[in-house]
Amino acid sequence: MKVKFWGVRGSIPSPRAGTVRYGGNTTCIEIRTDNNELIIIDGGTGIFPLSQTLLKELPVTANVFISHSHWDHIHGLPFFIPNFIPGNKMILHGAIDPVSGRGVEQVMDVQLQYSYFPVREAEMKASIEYVSLSPGQTVQAGSATVKATLLNHPVVNFGYRVECNGKSVFFTGDHEPYSNIYSPEDESYEEYRGLIAAQEKMVFDAMQGVDVLIADSSYTIEEYPAKKGWGHGTFDSCMSMADAVGAKILYCTHHEPTRDDDVLEREFAKALARHPRSEGMADFRLAREGIEIEF
Amino acid sequence: MNELSADLNKKLGEAVERMPAFPKSVQKVLELTRDLNCSPKVLVQVIENDPVMTMKILRVLNSAYYSLPSKITSINHSVVFLGLNTVKNIALSIAAIGILPKQNAADFDVNQYLLHSLTTAAIAKHLCGKVGGADPMDCYVAGLLHDFGKVVFAQFMPEQFKISLEKCQEGEMSLFTAEQDAIGTDHTVVGSMLAEKWQFPQPLIDSIRNHHSEKAGETAMGACVYTANQISKKLEFGFAGDARLESLPPAVAKHFGVNINLDTLISSIGEAELSKILEQARQFSQMDGS
Repeated sequence: MKVKFWGVRGSIPSPRAGTVRYGGNTTCIEIRTDNNELIIIDGGTGIFPLSQTLLKELPVTANVFISHSHWDHIHGLPFFIPNFIPGNKMILHGAIDPVSGRGVEQVMDVQLQYSYFPVREAEMKASIEYVSLSPGQTVQAGSATVKATLLNHPVVNFGYRVECNGKSVFFTGDHEPYSNIYSPEDESYEEYRGLIAAQEKMVFDAMQGVDVLIADSSYTIEEYPAKKGWGHGTFDSCMSMADAVGAKILYCTHHEPTRDDDVLEREFAKALARHPRSEGMADFRLAREGIEIEF
Repeated sequence: MNELSADLNKKLGEAVERMPAFPKSVQKVLELTRDLNCSPKVLVQVIENDPVMTMKILRVLNSAYYSLPSKITSINHSVVFLGLNTVKNIALSIAAIGILPKQNAADFDVNQYLLHSLTTAAIAKHLCGKVGGADPMDCYVAGLLHDFGKVVFAQFMPEQFKISLEKCQEGEMSLFTAEQDAIGTDHTVVGSMLAEKWQFPQPLIDSIRNHHSEKAGETAMGACVYTANQISKKLEFGFAGDARLESLPPAVAKHFGVNINLDTLISSIGEAELSKILEQARQFSQMDGS
């Protein structure tokens, strides 16, 4: 299995001199099975440079999985070049929006409107298929299986576990560790604590023993209190999570858009120092645009 | 018992989707959702105090789409599962439908109905805390929703419901019997059929269905809801169309001990607790939203 990062930036594309090493594109991850089948998780702006590399292997079948519908995870989708070329196929997977009641087709519909984009979906030449997933559902994508797990974000967000030939990768999308909305003196505190524990166990079970865990670590622990409830993790929460689930490698991603590369490395190093490594423990890394790993 | 026809079941289900929630909670939801940092526990409390909002949110969570291993009965659980912002936005979309009108063609007082539902819910939760055998918050939700069928009748079959209410008030028969005569079904059937249609947990469906039947005694939750309903009526906490008291069937009473009746249960809950329950319910059932 191969994993390549095409976008590691959170919230908004952030190209500038200070981000040139880690990259300014928003979330997009390319996964190749051992049979070279194509799985793409999220359609942030990183999907545009990825899609250009696909032109040399047409026709392509792209198994795209959307973690959630916030802009930074979908706003590259209209520029997925193979969609304009006959013979290609995109299978777009994602959640149903419980507020609108609409399926994953909504993420294309909202963007491909006359006022916002010149080409309507009907005018795209590739075959586009929509698959709305339920929490906990597993689907086949080529020789890989992909399982959706509901995580914690201000909109329905799936983490995806991709497995193929005994190898596995889990991407959280955007995820904030659960916390109790009640104070210990409130009557509902214990009830809520139990509900959170059960939910967290379900999430950790889904990540258990994964080879590569890619997780949303937008904030530092110093920044987090002011951002609580925004739906993102910290370097430290991701490191603890990776250890708890026995992941082999953790990639911290969704880098905060104002954070320049030097600061990113410094904050990551500080978190790493708080989670000392020893033999057999997970390897912690920063996700960087353009790097590819094979395992 | 008269079952609902498939056609009526479908029509009522669709109608309830368009049904507005109670004024106080609509106002509070609109107010809370204007604040980016609204208090999660206040939002949960507002939803938990509105039968329409609670019904609709549990409906989303228990739909086949989520295929949950165990059904969700509490708003807190909904928040853990879907996230606060999603629950907030579902609540906002319900609030956007409008507010349940104070006046309806059935002359059914929805303010008094809400007060009765809220006090039944709180008393059911209290009773459950005493006897165990069920989750207290499940009993709260079952109490909150036990008379949901009545507010559906008031909204969507007001003429027939009005006839039922009048017959009942003339002292001829209980409201649910009068509903069966005038409508062909009653509020326990309609409430439980909607709960079943929306795949609520079976104990919740059964508690709504059996709250005028000795079958309520088959479960602790059923017994708590049956009894809480009678206590709320006896103490005249609100009014839901039928003042008639039913004595506790032995199958229900046995959950609470030997030689139990409504009076002994009321004194065991205590005046202070009951006043607190009434006061809290009043705060949420005020029609002026103040």
